[in-house]
Amino acid sequence: MPHMAAAYNLARWLTRNEHDAEDVVQEAYLRAFRYFDGFQGGDSRAWLLAIVRNTCYTWLQQNRRPTAPLEDALSEAAAPGPGPEALVLEQVDRELLHRALEELPPEFREAIVLRELEGLSYKEIGAITGVPLGTVMSRLARARARLERAVAGRRSAGGVA
Amino acid sequence: MSCEHARALLTAYVDGELDLVHGLEVEKHLEICESCTRAVENQRTLRSALQSAALHYAPPAPLKARIEDALRAEARPQRSLTRHRWPWIAIAAGVLLAAFFFGSWPIGSHPPQENLLAQEILDSHLRSLLPGHLTDVPSSDRHTVKPWFNGKLEYSPPVEDFAAQGFPLAGGRLDAVSGQTVAVLIYKRRQHTINVYVWPASGAADSSGGPATERQGFNLMHWTQGGFHYWVASDVNPAELEEFTKLLRSGAH
Repeated sequence: MPHMAAAYNLARWLTRNEHDAEDVVQEAYLRAFRYFDGFQGGDSRAWLLAIVRNTCYTWLQQNRRPTAPLEDALSEAAAPGPGPEALVLEQVDRELLHRALEELPPEFREAIVLRELEGLSYKEIGAITGVPLGTVMSRLARARARLERAVAGRRSAGGVA
Repeated sequence: MSCEHARALLTAYVDGELDLVHGLEVEKHLEICESCTRAVENQRTLRSALQSAALHYAPPAPLKARIEDALRAEARPQRSLTRHRWPWIAIAAGVLLAAFFFGSWPIGSHPPQENLLAQEILDSHLRSLLPGHLTDVPSSDRHTVKPWFNGKLEYSPPVEDFAAQGFPLAGGRLDAVSGQTVAVLIYKRRQHTINVYVWPASGAADSSGGPATERQGFNLMHWTQGGFHYWVASDVNPAELEEFTKLLRSGAH
């Protein structure tokens, strides 16, 4: 079964539930099988992950789980001025990081999963999520800013400017 | 470069996705800006943390077998398809019997093989009208459409645009007809779609194929010319379709 690990990982992070992830991955492989005619060569992993992603969103819609709305861009803007506090790898709480990633809005979460966990390029992420490269970049920037705040927040309590 | 400008590019810089010029500009800025340097370091730390935090979920072992079973079940309905084909085989048998008794093909003057092909073309035409199925390469530029087929087929279909005559090229696609992959050119007539199927005639002589025939409300035409079989399917009226095919025949060579 090609690309199964990547497919399951993405589905697991997007559905946030192991049983749902299994159903979604199975459905995605069936869709891929049915629509294989539509595959025009190229990167089969990106093609499959795009199907997994679409299947996830269809599933999320049907199950009417409210997804956290995207926060307004202003609060995310990388504000110049007083620099961020230094993040120290040894002090990053892995548990906290896991939870922070889980709580990101899906658009941010999938960007981080595809980039950091699957090691995909901006171009591949753009193709999978159907957005321009600039959007991939800004989503990653905002997602990282949130994660950074989440893991740093414990030391500088309430440190959200 | 200002801090504000640099901050916008830091993410792509950390990811090695920035072009050379911007990358150098960011580096120059980092030499003099402590705050942005720390932001870069923090992003790198965060990346390391994400990668070392065992965030990757592994698929449970039984999932693979479960999906393989589902795929096998999905492939199996072939059998029920064959069952659906029985009435067609019965009809085909009837046609053959009628031909035997009456000494001619009952449906027009078309031999049954051509009828099967016509049905296949019509099915493909109908499928192409479903959302998202019409074009693989949507373009009105024949210099985009023609090269797109390169490497996907063992032949290069003639591609012309007839926008000036009211039949603009809308794109191309690959489709399967009689078990082979064929080139399809898509043209528009007002809101109507015209599918042109082209595949090699493998040495067959040119033939006119006759006037448009109607099938389930659609008009079909076909002919052989210059080493290619052509089939055209559309819902435009027969007169306009013949006007279009005249253009196609004179424009193709």
